[in-house]
Amino acid sequence: MNGELPNLLPALPELILAIGAMVLLMFGVFRGNSSFKQVSNLSILLLLVCAVVMIIEVGGDRQVTFNGMFVTDAFAVFAKTLVYLGSAVAILLSGRFLSEHGIAKFEYPLLVLFATLGMLIMVSANNLMSLYVGLELQSLSLYVLAAMNRDRLRSTEAGLKYFVLGALSSGMLLYGISLIYGFSGAMEFDVLATSLAGDEGPAIGVVVGLVFLLSGLAFKVSAVPFHMWTPDVYEGSPTPVTAFFAAAPKVAAMALLVRALINGFPGMLAEWQQIIIFISIASMLVGAFVALVQTNIKRLMAYSSIGHIGYALVGLAAGTQAGIEALLIYLAIYLTMTLGAFAAILSMRRSDGMVENIEDLAGLSTTNLPMAVAIAIFMFSLAGIPLLAGFFGKWFIFLAAVEAGLVPLAVIGFLSSVVACYYYLRIIKVMFFDESSGAFEGGHGQAVSFVVGTAAVLNSPISFLLISPLVGAAAWAAGSLLF
Amino acid sequence: MTVGLGHYLTVAAILFVFGVFGIFLNRKNVIIILMSVELMLLAVNINLVAFSTFQGDMAGQVLAMFVLTVAAAEAAIGLAILVVYFRSRGSIAVEDINQMKG
Repeated sequence: MNGELPNLLPALPELILAIGAMVLLMFGVFRGNSSFKQVSNLSILLLLVCAVVMIIEVGGDRQVTFNGMFVTDAFAVFAKTLVYLGSAVAILLSGRFLSEHGIAKFEYPLLVLFATLGMLIMVSANNLMSLYVGLELQSLSLYVLAAMNRDRLRSTEAGLKYFVLGALSSGMLLYGISLIYGFSGAMEFDVLATSLAGDEGPAIGVVVGLVFLLSGLAFKVSAVPFHMWTPDVYEGSPTPVTAFFAAAPKVAAMALLVRALINGFPGMLAEWQQIIIFISIASMLVGAFVALVQTNIKRLMAYSSIGHIGYALVGLAAGTQAGIEALLIYLAIYLTMTLGAFAAILSMRRSDGMVENIEDLAGLSTTNLPMAVAIAIFMFSLAGIPLLAGFFGKWFIFLAAVEAGLVPLAVIGFLSSVVACYYYLRIIKVMFFDESSGAFEGGHGQAVSFVVGTAAVLNSPISFLLISPLVGAAAWAAGSLLF
Repeated sequence: MTVGLGHYLTVAAILFVFGVFGIFLNRKNVIIILMSVELMLLAVNINLVAFSTFQGDMAGQVLAMFVLTVAAAEAAIGLAILVVYFRSRGSIAVEDINQMKG
């Protein structure tokens, strides 16, 4: 503990984002809600600037600063790029929707920025303390975002449920942190890894602490025993907020989970592997079976995202470099699929407002063929049909699991993805073969069309060309995680 | 009898369990849930400070300060959401939070 200033360079993008967000907050406060559009555009610009600064100035070398609390490496750069992308698209998608629902408040983009800042700190956390602070900064912003539409009962109920269950999970996470700290004497991941590496095995207190820590983090990624909040929050929140929830926070929480387990507890692989395998199987099965009976498309997407988190966790359960690489590829592809699907949901508008039921998509192919084709691409990709992007994600995940000797896990994953095919294909059947229930009204805005179009192209068989650079980047990122 | 680390940990564990049960068993009022969450976080603080003192390491106490700060922010946001919810629902009974199910 000396009086010198820590090296700020590795955290430069985060500092720019923090200061920029506060400047924008002042700007919004003085200009009022009429500044929504300007603040939104400036926020997207700010995110892009931070991403560019991160890639050019910080780079992929491993750098540690703030007394070992903050680390940046190729893994962080990869995950943060996805986070920036998810947040920027979430702001981009929201403008028209929020204005029409009378909630175009300048706080929306700012809350997204602060949540993003929390996520960046999560991705770069190298200490249980920075893990907790980053996680809370993200969660507190997300609670408010869920309750954004404060005159609508469903939105406030979503916020309330999210808050209560989120606070419970933070409590469990903290209790785990306190036990790990108490029984190992360290908070920094690197120190934890060395202090737990002894021959006599970890103290029982550390194992219990790790279980609490994992349950707290499983809540944040909405893995199965802790998934109860997901469907309600996804359904109740305003749709652009749901699109945000489904994308960036999942990537950040997953990256945090990976770094904590791989860097902090490499010697306890046998202990945490069992837990990860269990929650992975449970998530895949719940994601596949419970979604079968859903009629609301946002609820369906919630169960779908639970299932996808289960597949991504298969890569972590493998615990190998190939597994982490597959997990990163999966997250990148998942991000494009979900953002595209939610952008498509944002286009489901009738004269009396937004509709959210699967039946409302009936006959979309006769009224709006391009949109129907785009949604079909997303659904095929989410289902993991070969030639679409989602297939490659599942392929690498199951390959890594088989190579790590987890054949039963890969088989269960494959079978549950077959079950999940049913509800994705049902949406396609409704769109292409059912009697039309009236066309959607246009006017969802260029931003939505742009996101749908781009995501559809990225997920279409053209992804064949993009998969090898993605694999290269993921291998580069996974290689930096100290193996 | 001297008070050792084990005593602190026992008190903290009991408080933590009370907090968790307060969240799950309470059917009346969301405010009680907020109080239970607070109880859990304070149990964690007892744990952290006790460990920190017995190990002669400051990190635990620093984290305890962070937890206090975050808990305050969390309570503020929770109450704000609760007020907004009460305005549209007219009730904060736990069993009335049932607009979405499945």
